[in-house]
Amino acid sequence: MAEMLEVSGLSKRFGGLVAVNNVSFSVREKEILSVIGPNGAGKSTLFKLISSFLRPTSGEVRLKGERISGLAPHIAARKGVVRTFQETTIFKNMSVRENVIIAHHLRSKASLAGFFLGTGTARADEAAFGQSADEILALLGLASLADETARNLPHGHLRALGIAIGLATNPSILLLDEPFAGMNHEETMRMVAMVRRLRDLGLTILLVEHDMPAVMKISDRIVVLNFGQKIAEGTPSEIQADEKVIEAYLGSEDEVIGL
Amino acid sequence: MTRSRNLKIASVAAFLAIVFIAVPAAISASGRIDLYYTLTSVALLSIASAGVWLTFYIGRINIGQGAYALAGGYVSAILVMNHGWSFWLTLPVAGLFCAAASVLIGLPILRLRGVYFAMVTLTLTEVARLLALALPITNGAKGIVSIPLPGALSVFGLTIIPDFATLQNSRLAFYLLAVTLMVVCFGVMYRLVHSRIGKLCQSLQQNEELASSIGVNIAYLRVIAYAVSSFFGGVAGAIFAAISQSIYPSSFTVTDSVNFMLNCFLGGLGYVFGPMLGTLVLYFGWDLLFQTGELQLLIYSGLMIVLMLVLPNGLLSLAASTRRKA
Repeated sequence: MAEMLEVSGLSKRFGGLVAVNNVSFSVREKEILSVIGPNGAGKSTLFKLISSFLRPTSGEVRLKGERISGLAPHIAARKGVVRTFQETTIFKNMSVRENVIIAHHLRSKASLAGFFLGTGTARADEAAFGQSADEILALLGLASLADETARNLPHGHLRALGIAIGLATNPSILLLDEPFAGMNHEETMRMVAMVRRLRDLGLTILLVEHDMPAVMKISDRIVVLNFGQKIAEGTPSEIQADEKVIEAYLGSEDEVIGL
Repeated sequence: MTRSRNLKIASVAAFLAIVFIAVPAAISASGRIDLYYTLTSVALLSIASAGVWLTFYIGRINIGQGAYALAGGYVSAILVMNHGWSFWLTLPVAGLFCAAASVLIGLPILRLRGVYFAMVTLTLTEVARLLALALPITNGAKGIVSIPLPGALSVFGLTIIPDFATLQNSRLAFYLLAVTLMVVCFGVMYRLVHSRIGKLCQSLQQNEELASSIGVNIAYLRVIAYAVSSFFGGVAGAIFAAISQSIYPSSFTVTDSVNFMLNCFLGGLGYVFGPMLGTLVLYFGWDLLFQTGELQLLIYSGLMIVLMLVLPNGLLSLAASTRRKA
């Protein structure tokens, strides 16, 4: 399978602290790759480096061969690397549908001036965005909540809305930041099914996550970080058998790794 | 759908009829010519406030509009006095000058948020005043005086606007000018806010990180909004200089900048026409309280505090809530 995203020799220092240390791996087209690791392993920093929210100290990230690290976040998004947020980051005073429509911004063919003047292209854009937003909402089971103000959504649906916003940008690779955090078992399983469905629709997904059972269930491959370094990479069963990984999670391996 | 459209057209027509026909008719009937000056001021101040409102719309508290109004006034005055330009040409030039200046200033400072941006813009007003005092071209504290009234505006030999100096009633002429620009300004604002650009501005206001993650060039959009805002400030300042035929470093001060902001608060930050209503109410409210003498400021400030507590979304939220109930 072709490689979609390539992380090579990526490092990030904050003063004396090396948060991410020479990490390399790649994400193949249409796979779900999870990055796991104990608290403080550098997962969030890695995530921000890949989505260009942080500039790497050294190393680079390539999307289909094109360098995308060290750019502005909106340019990385334009090139096809789009992230969701850990917190419930949404446009809280807009309706659910408006949230998804505005996220279609990248697909606009009309210019800002075109939108101001209401040209034919701009109107065609608006119509297309509305239709596409409805399809995305239906896909993620949010159709019945389309006109609700986003801030009023229950927790689980907020997470789905975050993913809907990401999908609306038509990404090449979608980065999910702890999609299962704070969810109960049932919600987690629903989210697992949803993310799988996205993959089956042809999306490449990279996710950073704490919830081991969910990660084991959902991932095609897993990358394990500890103290900023990659200590293992492989399929879920390979990772579960890896001694270094067990050591990193020492003390609670049975429970946490889901053996 | 068509009913609300008809209602919109009807209210716009009614508004135009009031400002262009009913108000001048009422003033000439009552003989209160001084009201022209008051209403002209309201119209101009509401244009400057509309600019401030737009910066609010991208989530920035702007207490620097006085700087651009002052700059606009000086640009127009200097071009008319020193270079013999027609006032009509200086009007857009003053606006563009302020827009260009705001791009240079905005690029670094628009990265700031909340109280930090507010403080920097507040300082900006003071910097503008000190610059006007210090620069040779602005003639220091003496300012620029005896600016001629706007001349005739002709296009291809056809006189569109007569020379203001030849008019018997230049106050009416200024009133019509100010109100026309106000209508254009709020028309532009309405269109901006109700097009995708308005939604993009809202996305900035609500979450800049998320906005940039969906590909919005937040730095660019912020600068554009700030430039439009400052353009309005510059145009309003230029007309003020023309009306008073003078401009001084103290023509626009921090108090004015704060008032522009209060106009927006009072009218409602969620409504395009908020700054217009806010300016009208605040301007007349202040004048009405004049009879209370030394208590004027106390009562005025107290009322403002109460209004913000009771109506945090501004006066126009009253109209919106009654409509919802109906």
